[in-house]
Amino acid sequence: MKADPSCVLTGAHYLDGNHACAEGGIAAGCKFFAGYPITPSTEIAERVSQRFPLIGGVFIQMEDELASMNAILGASWGGVKTMSCTSGPGFSLMMENFGLGIMLETPCVLVNVQRGGPSTGLPTLPGQADMMQARWGSHGDYEVIALAPDSPQESFELVIHAFNLSEKYRMPVLVMTDECVGHMTEKVVIPPAEEIELLERRYTDKKPGEAWPYDPSEDGISPMLPVGKGYKFHVTGLTHDNRGYPVINAEAQEWNVRRLMDKVNKHVDDIIWLVEKDIEDAEVVVLAYGISSRVVQPAIARARTEGIKVGQIKMVTVWPFPEKRVRELAEKVKAMIMVEMNYGQVFLEMDRCIAGKCRSRLVGHAGGTVHNPFDVYNAIKEAVK
Amino acid sequence: MSVNAKQPVEEGHPMEELLRMDRSPHIWCPPCGLGTTVTALATALKQLQIDLNNVAVVSGIGCTGRVAGYMKVDSFHTTHGRAIPFALGLHIARPDMKVIVFSGDGDLISIGGNHFIHTARRNVDITVICVNNFIYAMTGGQVAPTTPITAKTSTSPYGNYEHPFNLPLLAASSGAVYVARWTALHVRRMTTAIKEAISKKGFSFVEVIAPCSTLYARLNKLGSGLDLMKFYHDNSVIKHGVDLREVDINYQSKVIVGKFIDIEKPTYLDCLNEGNKRVFGDKYKPYGGGNGDN
Ligand SMILES: Cc1ncc(C[n+]2csc(CCOP(=O)(O)OP(=O)(O)O)c2C)c(N)n1
Ligand code: SF4
Ligand SMILES: [Mg+2]
Repeated sequence: MKADPSCVLTGAHYLDGNHACAEGGIAAGCKFFAGYPITPSTEIAERVSQRFPLIGGVFIQMEDELASMNAILGASWGGVKTMSCTSGPGFSLMMENFGLGIMLETPCVLVNVQRGGPSTGLPTLPGQADMMQARWGSHGDYEVIALAPDSPQESFELVIHAFNLSEKYRMPVLVMTDECVGHMTEKVVIPPAEEIELLERRYTDKKPGEAWPYDPSEDGISPMLPVGKGYKFHVTGLTHDNRGYPVINAEAQEWNVRRLMDKVNKHVDDIIWLVEKDIEDAEVVVLAYGISSRVVQPAIARARTEGIKVGQIKMVTVWPFPEKRVRELAEKVKAMIMVEMNYGQVFLEMDRCIAGKCRSRLVGHAGGTVHNPFDVYNAIKEAVK
Repeated sequence: MSVNAKQPVEEGHPMEELLRMDRSPHIWCPPCGLGTTVTALATALKQLQIDLNNVAVVSGIGCTGRVAGYMKVDSFHTTHGRAIPFALGLHIARPDMKVIVFSGDGDLISIGGNHFIHTARRNVDITVICVNNFIYAMTGGQVAPTTPITAKTSTSPYGNYEHPFNLPLLAASSGAVYVARWTALHVRRMTTAIKEAISKKGFSFVEVIAPCSTLYARLNKLGSGLDLMKFYHDNSVIKHGVDLREVDINYQSKVIVGKFIDIEKPTYLDCLNEGNKRVFGDKYKPYGGGNGDN
């Protein structure tokens, strides 16, 4: 399906990453947004609140982030595309019910404009230290999909992509941006609506009485049941069977949790999105995501001019982690370097997958500013010594 | 919940249309007031003759929170305290549906208290039924923000000393347009109240006093479920429209019940449409939510 032209601001704009996220959501057909103000994400909510009245959407500023997360789940079950945005402290508050979204298998999009933490941390300065929280922040075993835009243009595009993934895999999808991307203003080209491909929700084609909320399906993703159509279905955050009925035992738990994990694990090739550059001859590979994947570029260019064979992987998706690709490369290259604004989060996954097959390095710091490209350059030089 | 009531599924149960018979037996203790309250909801829905396809029940967590799982309508069992914001989202997406929140006192008023007052403030068109059993039953009988002073619970073993909430006063002062309180004994009046609440446009609230027979009664040596009913028979005082500052519940004292508030006020969506119309004029298309063709 194509985007609705009345929602798409086709043209070239000068937008910051947050406004671009809002436009991405609107272009994707989001019609319900529940949020709570928090720096540095608030501009997303502000723009949505300004844009929604004339395009049939409802923006509501909730009493807190717990409410925001639940409201977008409820509205999603009501049949609309829904979204929220937040930053560190609010992300923490959303985690329990992010898990509810995972458990109920509810499509929606949550944008975290990361700032420095822990606690109130650095409200106005960037960080990338919520990446492990994105992965494991809610209790229990599950898989997530998290995307990391590096620019306002990509913020627009990846929010749309996140909506499509959330509908395809019937789960909440995270867009992990940061203060730097959120507040950076650049040219954003919004294409004509007919060039924006949207995935619509997949509903069951069975009749009421014959369909259950978690019926088995070939790809492991069950079509949803619509509310108000006589299905009279039940869903619960408790461990449940295919009928959505609670079943409190180990077998049901195995069935339920495996299903949540398989949905992602069996489709990693479809979900994982990497942008690779100069990998063929590389001795060193620099991995980075979000704003850090831009900051490393001058360092890589300089090292290349000095004859160091260095390649780059920009991780558009951070979760699920590109395990297979990292293992492959670890057999071929001398070193892999992770550059991220934290003290080693996604690095831990890279290091695990390298498994001693090549050198594994972290260029990290506690956040508050992007990396100095010289730190990355020095790490590259050191890695090939 | 402690006892697994093994009740055989009878053929042709009168509430078959409204209850998930495939989930019988339920988990509640035999003398629990929850059964009566669920029957009152089912009866109310039946008597209202509304299209059951257009009804949704949302619960949080607790003994009461299990209600969503037994009602044969679209039903959602969410997390502890969050039934109301989930219901708000569902209502905004589908304003044509009747969204009913059915949950416990701890769930709605303690962990979910903030959502309760704000959703009442906005006058969101949903119905909230709160079963007040004076305790956190599901977790084994701990003190709640509704526990009367001196009542014993597993975490107030020497008697509660905190002031409890007066739920009708809280609901009304937060903005609810319909507020009633009945005990589990007042089945017929409770059913009427639930019918009125569901029919009411705006945030409607029904408190049902249904003391937990297994934990609250045992910890306070109040006798059996039947003794509790007898107590409420002898000690309920009906006072419609009473000043809500007078409806506090003290330990084993008289309980004032009745229909307290029934007023008209624009709902959240009325206000949203009115506000936008004021600014955008004819350019604004009133929001009516999904047309059901989802
Ligand atoms: C976040 C969270 N905290 C605590 C619990 C444990 N818990 C489950 S039910 C409950 C209390 C329920 O009390 P109430 O809402 O009064 O329901 P009742 O069982 O009395 O009907 C608690 C504390 C939980 N499930 N989730
Ligand atoms: S509220 Fe008390 S009596 Fe009712 S089911 Fe729970 S434990 Fe049993
Ligand atoms: Mg209780």
